[in-house]
Amino acid sequence: MVGNGMAGVKTLEELLKHAPERYDITVFGAEPHGNYNRIMLSPVLAGEMSLPDIMLNDLAWYRRHGLMLHAGHTVTAIDRVRRRVRAEGKDGEVVEAAYDRLLLATGSTPFMLPVPGRDLPGVIAYRDIADTEAMIAAARRHRHAVVIGAGLLGLEAANGLALRGMDVTVVHIGGWIMERQLDLPAARLLQATLESRGLKFRLGAHTGELLAGADGRVARLRLKDGGELPADLVVMAAGIRPNTALAEAARLRCERGVVVSDTLQTVTDPRIYAVGECASHRGVAYGLVAPLFEQARVCANHLAGFGIGCYQGSVTSTKLKVTGVDVFSAGDFMGGEGCEEVVLHDRAGGVYKKLVLKNGRLAGAVMVGDTADGAWYFRLLREGGSVAAMRDHLLFGQQFAESQRAAAGGLDRAAAEALCA
Amino acid sequence: MDMSEAGRATPAGGENGKGRSEQATVCCYCGTGCGVLASAEGGRITAVRGDPAHPANFGRLCTKGSTLHLAAAPGGRALYPKLRDARAIVGITAATTPRRRVGWDAALDTAAERFADIIRRHGPDAVAFYISGQLLTEDYYVFNKLARALVGTNNIDSNSRLCMSSAVSGYKATLGADSVPTCYEDIALADHLLIAGANPAWAHPIVFRRIEDARRANPDVSLTVVDPRRTETAELADLHLQIAPGSDVLLYNAMLHVLLAEGLVDQDFIRDHTSGFEALQAQLGSCTPGEVAAACGLPAAQIVEAARRFGRARAALSLWCQGLNQSHHGTANNAALIHLHLASGHIARPGAGPFSLTGQPNAMGGREVGALATLLPGHRNVDDAADRAELARLWNIPALPAAPGLAAVQLFEALAAGRVKAVWIACTNPAQSLPDQARVRAALAQAEFVVLQEAFADTETAAYADLLLPAASWGEKSGTVTNSERRVSRVRALVPPPGEARPDWVIVADFARRLATRLGRDAAAFDWRDEAAVFAEHASLTAGRDCDMSGLSHAVLERDGPQQWPFPAGAQRGTARLFQDKRFATADGRARFAPIGFPVAHALLPEPVDARHPFVLTTGRLRDHWHGMSRTGKVAALWGHTPRAEVVLNPANIAAHGLEVGELVRIANPRGELVLPLAADTGIAAGQAWIPMHWGSASLAQPGANALTSPAVDPASRQPALKQAAVAIKPARLPWRAAWARLADSPAAACALLENLRPRLAGFAYAALSLTGRERNVVLLEIAAEATVDAAVIAALDAAFDCGADDAQVMTFDDAARGIAKRARVAGDALVALRLVGEVQAFGWLAAAIAQAESLAPLRRWLFAPLAQPPSGLAAAERTVCNCFGVGEGRIRACLASGAGLEGLQQELKCGTACGSCLPELRRMVAEVGREPATAAA
Repeated sequence: MVGNGMAGVKTLEELLKHAPERYDITVFGAEPHGNYNRIMLSPVLAGEMSLPDIMLNDLAWYRRHGLMLHAGHTVTAIDRVRRRVRAEGKDGEVVEAAYDRLLLATGSTPFMLPVPGRDLPGVIAYRDIADTEAMIAAARRHRHAVVIGAGLLGLEAANGLALRGMDVTVVHIGGWIMERQLDLPAARLLQATLESRGLKFRLGAHTGELLAGADGRVARLRLKDGGELPADLVVMAAGIRPNTALAEAARLRCERGVVVSDTLQTVTDPRIYAVGECASHRGVAYGLVAPLFEQARVCANHLAGFGIGCYQGSVTSTKLKVTGVDVFSAGDFMGGEGCEEVVLHDRAGGVYKKLVLKNGRLAGAVMVGDTADGAWYFRLLREGGSVAAMRDHLLFGQQFAESQRAAAGGLDRAAAEALCA
Repeated sequence: MDMSEAGRATPAGGENGKGRSEQATVCCYCGTGCGVLASAEGGRITAVRGDPAHPANFGRLCTKGSTLHLAAAPGGRALYPKLRDARAIVGITAATTPRRRVGWDAALDTAAERFADIIRRHGPDAVAFYISGQLLTEDYYVFNKLARALVGTNNIDSNSRLCMSSAVSGYKATLGADSVPTCYEDIALADHLLIAGANPAWAHPIVFRRIEDARRANPDVSLTVVDPRRTETAELADLHLQIAPGSDVLLYNAMLHVLLAEGLVDQDFIRDHTSGFEALQAQLGSCTPGEVAAACGLPAAQIVEAARRFGRARAALSLWCQGLNQSHHGTANNAALIHLHLASGHIARPGAGPFSLTGQPNAMGGREVGALATLLPGHRNVDDAADRAELARLWNIPALPAAPGLAAVQLFEALAAGRVKAVWIACTNPAQSLPDQARVRAALAQAEFVVLQEAFADTETAAYADLLLPAASWGEKSGTVTNSERRVSRVRALVPPPGEARPDWVIVADFARRLATRLGRDAAAFDWRDEAAVFAEHASLTAGRDCDMSGLSHAVLERDGPQQWPFPAGAQRGTARLFQDKRFATADGRARFAPIGFPVAHALLPEPVDARHPFVLTTGRLRDHWHGMSRTGKVAALWGHTPRAEVVLNPANIAAHGLEVGELVRIANPRGELVLPLAADTGIAAGQAWIPMHWGSASLAQPGANALTSPAVDPASRQPALKQAAVAIKPARLPWRAAWARLADSPAAACALLENLRPRLAGFAYAALSLTGRERNVVLLEIAAEATVDAAVIAALDAAFDCGADDAQVMTFDDAARGIAKRARVAGDALVALRLVGEVQAFGWLAAAIAQAESLAPLRRWLFAPLAQPPSGLAAAERTVCNCFGVGEGRIRACLASGAGLEGLQQELKCGTACGSCLPELRRMVAEVGREPATAAA
């Protein structure tokens, strides 16, 4: 397996459950650690957790399952004819391994803006433990931070840095924050909450260049409109790119990800599988954990030789706590042509809920502040049944809608009412 | 004992324990005439309590009386004379050309000029005065003198025409004069009470307290109630005759038939003190209980029983009000009832006699002053040449006009026809209270000149005024009123009128002097030093008349307190009862069995009920509102007992006509239509519909019940038949609903918002504007339409209700495809404004949450949910039963469920321990609980 991240290791875990004896498994990981929960880097940055808290599988786990782990080794080439991979360690050590089946789980690479100054000291991405440690270190010594990109990762970085005492400005190219998960009112509500906690935002702002100070470290960020922001630390969180360099070199078909079939086999070479952020399934490369785990299950099933799993893509939902604010979004939450929207907006109370309906079915949802019913909406969304009968009650949550339906059906009204107490 | 002997314990300007100055005055609502001790501080009336020394109430007040100080708070008042330069009225809708503020001189000169001009061009009968039973006697007198002596027209009539004129005609036809022979004390002395066409439990609560006292003191006192509705009064009767509307005259004649047949008549009294009995007896033959039972809608046995109870009584007292009077044979109803007293001798002795209850505080004073088209001062009559000649001499003018004057309905007909060009309206609201509103409003719209002299600028009629003259209101003016038992009391000013408002008589006298100058007449005839001088002139005209009060003056009333007339010069005290010598006010001293009270050949209803208009619409009063609500409608707490206008049907009719309780229905006949929510009540007989008379276009999209009522009048009294109209009731089918609510900062702010909203109501198929709250004032508006209302209209209402601004304190809910758009404004932990468009189920409890300042926290999640009932733990919107302590129906029922009786309720919740207006209802609720086990056992 190439890549020791969450998608890959999840696949191994599933495979070990189904067919623990079927393969001799070798794992190459670029980072010098066991397997950890990348999602939890933010709490680490925020000081709410420490690194040991977020380790999923330590080295003992690999040993116990007879897995050969080459941590800190980056795979540099795949020889598909000889079915061998070649990896290099930090110290230049070369390791080669043969495979019957190869699993690519190379993840993604942060997108570094191609602007002057991107290579200055103090300009980093936010992807792994090393980045996190760099930010924690910077917060100790420096005052001003700029985070480029107001996606989930960027906001968490910004929040963590602010909690560590930095003066943080988020520079975002889009019209509102988290535009892949939130619509405008939801984003504004979240932004207002974050602003109340001291974060500053520059929306619709294009980074022009990064300027060094006297010590050679980054000191200012100049926007394309000429404005400047003090920046002792610049965190690039402007998106990720599927990490396909290795696959492309092996002449596997890539289109913004390694193109895979419904069994997660690459379309070029059925002995090679790809899961996670590096894979492109039906044109979609997923960046959220839930789809990756679904892929992992199907992939492990296939590797185990059962052949009955079939990945048909994921309906994604995001249920997150962005810096303490509950945020949920799923499906086609932007709506548009042919869609109808039911929207609740309570700015003073910090709650926003929008449901998008299409042809009497729930097509999308986005919520801020109160996401208790996110899982229910997500289920309705995936099941795709008609919600027309409970449309007027839908937005007020599962208990309410189902109790009202029960009341309408002649069941005990008092019981129905008790539910909304 | 003459109650006037009780004297005055509290002189004017006395001090109570709190060191605040209190003045004795009289309540300005119904004709009971309760004494009120009012306190003022800083130019505002701050508190009221019942005057323990006043013989009308001995310290008691009802819900309306005990909130007088709240109704007297500023809001909706006319403050300055305002003049409209040009009329621009389209159809019958209100004028939109604004009036501009002018000075009093300009206002009254303009009025005098316009009146003089019209009188010169078209004669004195081209102008008319339409005044009010709420005016003080002094106001009334000056108006009357202006019309008769200066203008020279009998075109002066009062809204008392809508209220008491059938009683006047009935008394005159039988007793020879408009003389209420009885007094309140008789209630305690009677052993049988017949209440007919009246609901004193609601409309005259303090009279009803006396009835309760009498029954408590003597359990043998029996109470018969005659009413088409099972009212609160009827609930407490020993015998309720739920008669068919309009059949009263048949009932009383059938009862008389029973008295005769069973020998329950007083032959000696008939022989010695009456005339016309033989003629009546001859006609009664066909009027047996069996004959009339079907028409009356009663079992014959009930009629017999009612007659026996009346006839066998030691002393029978009858009390009645609009149910008899507001009929196209109202005089016959009155006469037929009085005949029962004459035939059985239940008259002219303590505890016995006919006792008409008056609806207005000074209906009686208006009658004494003669300020009705058919009357002259001192109970004189226009059609009596001797009366006219005598009065001309007293007024020192050559002659009084002989041409009959126009009574209310005719007056507005003449205005519509152009025979009357200008009308001066004072202290009344004909664009709400007269029947057949479409015609009344058309008349006002096309008149040449309409003057409105009013305390309130926000009445329906105000929209039609070319000249609006601000009048002083209750607590701001001084004079006298006469209550139902002929008792004259002083009304006192405690605070100065707001703005430039003036006492009514001052305005009229000023106008009269200006008009006199223009007509080349003597202005000195209208020059009085003060209201006491006006009263003195009035009293002098009564000398020698049945209503002789020539011994009364403001000074006497100050010294000796309220007095009952007759009180001739030299008298030491008033007169509790009339005709104690059994000599009546007729030429021969005999009371008359009047032909007008014989069985009538004409239809019982003013118009037929048919397949297209299958319901008889009856109208009536609510407990906590009064008349057109220009006062009570401004007090949020007074909306608690009946929160909104509804039309009420018997449940059986609702199902049979394919209607549903709560749905909006269209009540219509060829005169107009009205859209209201439908309510069910078994107290309303099948085939009848009931609408309270209070609601008008100040709170609804249409002019209220009077959009539908008939302009048919009694030929003798000319009182309109406001009680019965044939109507159709069909689903209104107005699926688009919206509702707004807003917490007002003060009662005055609530009034301002109401005033702002009123002109918009007519733009909707259904609209209901109301208030809720006790300490807080919440303005509510509900509307319905066939289709979605224009966004600009919604935006305007949003702005008025402070739900429009796009700020963080406004919560929103939108389902555009379903047409649902809701807004809520929050302030801290409270909801302060609300708008529901497209779906309004939760409006009731949300409005209650605003009024009760409910914490928003448990509510927030459910604010916009389509929940007809609040989530558990939150109080539902409920009807207030006890207004004094703000106790709602739910709390009372809960307390009853825990085993409490009436005393328990009073101890636990304090309800029914102050004004007592809710006692009948509490007793009924206790009785209902008591009945439950019996039903279960059966």
